[in-house]
Amino acid sequence: MSGASLLQLFFSGLTIGSIYALIAVGFVVTFSVTGILNLAQGEFAAVGALTAASLHMHGAALWVSVLAGTAAAVLLGIVMERAVIRPARRIDLLSVVIITIGVDIVFRGAALMIWGADPLTLAPFTDRPPLHLGGATLDWQTVWTVAISGVFFVALIWFFQTYQGKAVRAAVMNHTAARIVGIRPSRLSFYAFAVSAGLGGLAGTIVAPITGATYDMGLMLGLKAFVAAVIGGLNNAPAAVLGGLVVGLLEAFTAGLISSDYRDAITFIVLLLMLFVRPSGLFGRTAGKRV
Amino acid sequence: MIRRGPLAQLYPPSWPAIVTVGIVLAVIPFVSGPYVLSVLIAVGLSAIVAVGLSLFIGYAGQISLGHAGFYGIGAYTSAILALRGVDGWATILIGMAITGGVAWLVSRPTLRLEGHYLAMATLGLGMILNIIMIQWTSVTGGPSGLTGIPPLTVGSLVFDADWKLYYLIWVMALLVIWGFRNLVHSRVGRALKALAESEAAASSLGVPTARFKEMAFILSAMVASLAGSLYAFYLSFVSPSTFDAMASIEFLIMAIAGGVRSVWGAPVGAAVVTILSQAMKSVVPALFPSAGGEYSILVFGVLLVVILLFLPQGIVPGLARGVLTIRHRWTRPGDSGSAAPGGEG
Repeated sequence: MSGASLLQLFFSGLTIGSIYALIAVGFVVTFSVTGILNLAQGEFAAVGALTAASLHMHGAALWVSVLAGTAAAVLLGIVMERAVIRPARRIDLLSVVIITIGVDIVFRGAALMIWGADPLTLAPFTDRPPLHLGGATLDWQTVWTVAISGVFFVALIWFFQTYQGKAVRAAVMNHTAARIVGIRPSRLSFYAFAVSAGLGGLAGTIVAPITGATYDMGLMLGLKAFVAAVIGGLNNAPAAVLGGLVVGLLEAFTAGLISSDYRDAITFIVLLLMLFVRPSGLFGRTAGKRV
Repeated sequence: MIRRGPLAQLYPPSWPAIVTVGIVLAVIPFVSGPYVLSVLIAVGLSAIVAVGLSLFIGYAGQISLGHAGFYGIGAYTSAILALRGVDGWATILIGMAITGGVAWLVSRPTLRLEGHYLAMATLGLGMILNIIMIQWTSVTGGPSGLTGIPPLTVGSLVFDADWKLYYLIWVMALLVIWGFRNLVHSRVGRALKALAESEAAASSLGVPTARFKEMAFILSAMVASLAGSLYAFYLSFVSPSTFDAMASIEFLIMAIAGGVRSVWGAPVGAAVVTILSQAMKSVVPALFPSAGGEYSILVFGVLLVVILLFLPQGIVPGLARGVLTIRHRWTRPGDSGSAAPGGEG
């Protein structure tokens, strides 16, 4: 295989990996703040993509559609937190995980009712001919995708240095102790859901010009992002970004070098291997607690 | 899933209930049409999977998001081997052995960790198994699946009609229910119950927690495989879409809807979910002419959330408690010594 084709695979892995990264950060934000594994995370991307695509098709400006798609996801995240997660706070965490599966199904069913089963399309953010780099083509949407997830990567690292970021880290380490010093985990939970839903929604609007927007796109995006989060260690947001890139590149190279039939399988094999060998993630400091 | 209080002691009904249910089910083919029979066969198959799953959830305090994969291993093993001339009953046992091995491989590293690593691992395993079913075309027939699976036989008796399979499947289902009931009431069952209440306490009392959780998981997987094999011999056709992630979630809904701490919960949950999905197939197109069957997932999602929020013990213990509360109100205040409804049923 020529260098140009390898570069092409690298670009496509980078694109999809950046999408996974954004959704994976959402997983990690919710999980590290609330302890809840929100399996409905992928649906925020679907809602963002579908909202943006349908608004744009009805004549709204592209940037308005993208913002509205992200906002719709944030709204949904807030509603989910208030209507389902908050009342479930006294239930054990295992049941809450199952509740998020229920919410995932509800979102998917509702999306089918609102937008139907046919895929919608969204215009690329920059409507210009692709760049040519080392014999490979580079779409402007790829540039956007990588740039946006790069911005969030840097922003996350910066956030955890700030006072608020330290408050979040404190709440993650010890809920009770955090409460004693005046950090309110219930408010953090609200923000966690809003932020992670927003990240998912944004990721959905970015991927929509590449793959189209369908009611069932959230499931696979969510699962892949979840694998990315596991690779990163589930409570390490910057590492989840790297996890997303790992998954994206693995998929692209499996599809290009071996067979596209097994593109999805490789991701889940990596998930199993990670859980068996390094359950605390590639960058985890502490090993999983042995019982 | 961890519940304390009097309902934790609510023992499932003993063998008279199994005999009663058995007699009612035995009469049904004489009074009902083929449609009712086919729905009841679907209920029976799902009940077998859901009973095992509810034992695992309710007593080991863990969830599996991949039981459709185990169901699929059973179905595909039976289909592939029976088409190559292997005896049908032998294929059932081989399927269960393979499933047990796979479940053991997955559970061994993950069940020893705290948290829901097994849930994640089973999710991944289910996806991998489904991809293999779709992609390994030379063996599994690919997306279109395998057809013409020969029926099970015992001597000159051939299980080739729906009513014969109905009896076979329900005899198996009642045997599984009976077996799990006995297991729950045995020393192992009490240990598992202690394990679900508090792993630390159980472990300090000498319960080998990791080994028991592993055992419950492997057992529930093997039972799912049995149901899968029976499914293959019933339809004489298997295809990958029956065993996807959504199917795993449906089994989970059945187990949880019925109530994971009651052996009768799972069959009731299987009946509710199966009948609901059949009902929606006929009702939804009448209400929304453009709608496909996919809308039913919305209802299942709502069902799952509502049950976990408002009826966390499931339908069967929930109803039992409701009946006991009403009965308690009807008797004069102070008439009964305790308000605790435990030990009933």
